[in-house]
Amino acid sequence: MNNTLAIQNAAQSEVKPLVRVRRVSKYFGDFRALNEVSLDIPAGSVTCIVGPSGSGKSTLLRCLNQLEKINAGAIAIDGELLGFRLQGDALHELTDAEIARQRLNTGMVFQRFNLFGHLTALENIIEGPVTVLRQPRKQAIEIGEALLARVGLSAKRNSYPIELSGGQQQRVAIARALAMKPKLMLFDEPTSALDPELVGEVLTVMRELAGSGMTMIVVTHEMGFAREVGNEVIFMDHGEIIERGLPRAVLDNPTNARARDFVNAVIK
Amino acid sequence: MREPATPAPRDILDLAGLRLVPRRYYGRWIAAALILLIMGYIVKAFAEGQIEWTIVGQFMTAPAILAGLVNTVIMTACAMALGITLGVVFAVMVMSPNPVLKTVATFYIWLFRGTPLLLQLLIWFNLALVFPKMGIPGVFEARTVDIMTPFFATLLGLGMNQGAYTAEVVRAGILSVDVGQTEAAKSIGMTRLTTLRRIVLPQAMRFIIPPVGNEFIAMVKITSVASVIQFSEILRNAQTIYYANARVIELLLVAAAWYLMVVTVLQIGQFFLERHYAKGSGHSRPKAQQPEA
Repeated sequence: MNNTLAIQNAAQSEVKPLVRVRRVSKYFGDFRALNEVSLDIPAGSVTCIVGPSGSGKSTLLRCLNQLEKINAGAIAIDGELLGFRLQGDALHELTDAEIARQRLNTGMVFQRFNLFGHLTALENIIEGPVTVLRQPRKQAIEIGEALLARVGLSAKRNSYPIELSGGQQQRVAIARALAMKPKLMLFDEPTSALDPELVGEVLTVMRELAGSGMTMIVVTHEMGFAREVGNEVIFMDHGEIIERGLPRAVLDNPTNARARDFVNAVIK
Repeated sequence: MREPATPAPRDILDLAGLRLVPRRYYGRWIAAALILLIMGYIVKAFAEGQIEWTIVGQFMTAPAILAGLVNTVIMTACAMALGITLGVVFAVMVMSPNPVLKTVATFYIWLFRGTPLLLQLLIWFNLALVFPKMGIPGVFEARTVDIMTPFFATLLGLGMNQGAYTAEVVRAGILSVDVGQTEAAKSIGMTRLTTLRRIVLPQAMRFIIPPVGNEFIAMVKITSVASVIQFSEILRNAQTIYYANARVIELLLVAAAWYLMVVTVLQIGQFFLERHYAKGSGHSRPKAQQPEA
């Protein structure tokens, strides 16, 4: 595999990481969901985040596209500070519209798909390009059809989400996110709500996407996918990163006791 | 001792050759018969009662009645248009993170739901007592009595009252849409208002239309309240006629027939509107999920 190579290359060429997370904390009331998390993600890499539920994996992902506002720390994506504009020695809070524009850098795939229920598969995909990016409808449809073909659902062009299986819905959701041409794709447990026999088709699409060089951060319980496709695995617990490294190292030989317990419980 | 040879008992699952007797609904037949009897009695009573049916037929298309009908229909349409517009605007304001908008909308809903409609109509109509003149000083000014015609006072009274109620209906509709829809819309870069307009409201419509249809039908009839401020809708015109010719019941029946006709047309419209907004909800297409081709 070229996983090791990718990481070495990234380290050697000293490219600026695409995502930089610095001492980020997030509270829900008194509950500390994230505790001073710091993280760099190189462009073109696939990072898998694993850990027990409630460990802060999804929260971290949601902070990266500002569905959650962080309470402390800073996040930059592609050199752009999230949520604030630096002016002189002051931080100015961004407006609703400016935050919406920043979200264009990231595509998000949800555990429960969240396809727009009143729109067909194709309409779901072209909604963003037409209303947000102001693409001509004809061009958006062409791109949308190509994306549907890419996720193997050309035949479902005119189907409403309710007429699609979970796996099909998730593939449309991936196509919808890709239609916005994001620099970074976030996957929040994309296969956790699927029947077991439908997991494979979604992972296949994600594998293809990783192969195309897309930067991906994937919160997942699919250890096989993390091992095979991930360049790096991050283990989180209690809102902290307690172990990170090459998939083999983290999943086969975790040094941290909590990580070891979790891996043993999931794999055995 | 040998037992006598009896025919082998029939297998309970062997149904071949049996006659099927459908279930009989005696209760329904009795109820239907009773209702027909009562209906027949009522029809007979009205037919034999002191009602001049020829006068009912004659006044159905009397110019004053038709003018009243047109006014009722126009007022219903305008007041509901105003009410729905205000309702959507104030529902969005109430749910806004902006405290100023939220407070204004809450106050509006409190004020207009909190006072009787009849009283609101009277206040609009008598506004000239408070403000003899209206307009922007220096740009446009007019006497309030000229602006606050019965039509305009009724429109404001009914429309603004309706807006307060519709705001709550729209808010309920918005709340019924899964929060995941909003998050997905945000994730593809939509602003709050675009999300509402393109994603949330179209899906909320399915929950908004039945109660708004209800209120639309109620509005057809509530316009009759505006007769107190001299708005010449159908019931007021019918009354004006029977004050002159004393055919009270006949003219009331004329008005009732027209109200029923307008409401029937509205119900048919509601059916098609509901079908349109049911797309993608699973209630529009009976087609079962298809296996992947």
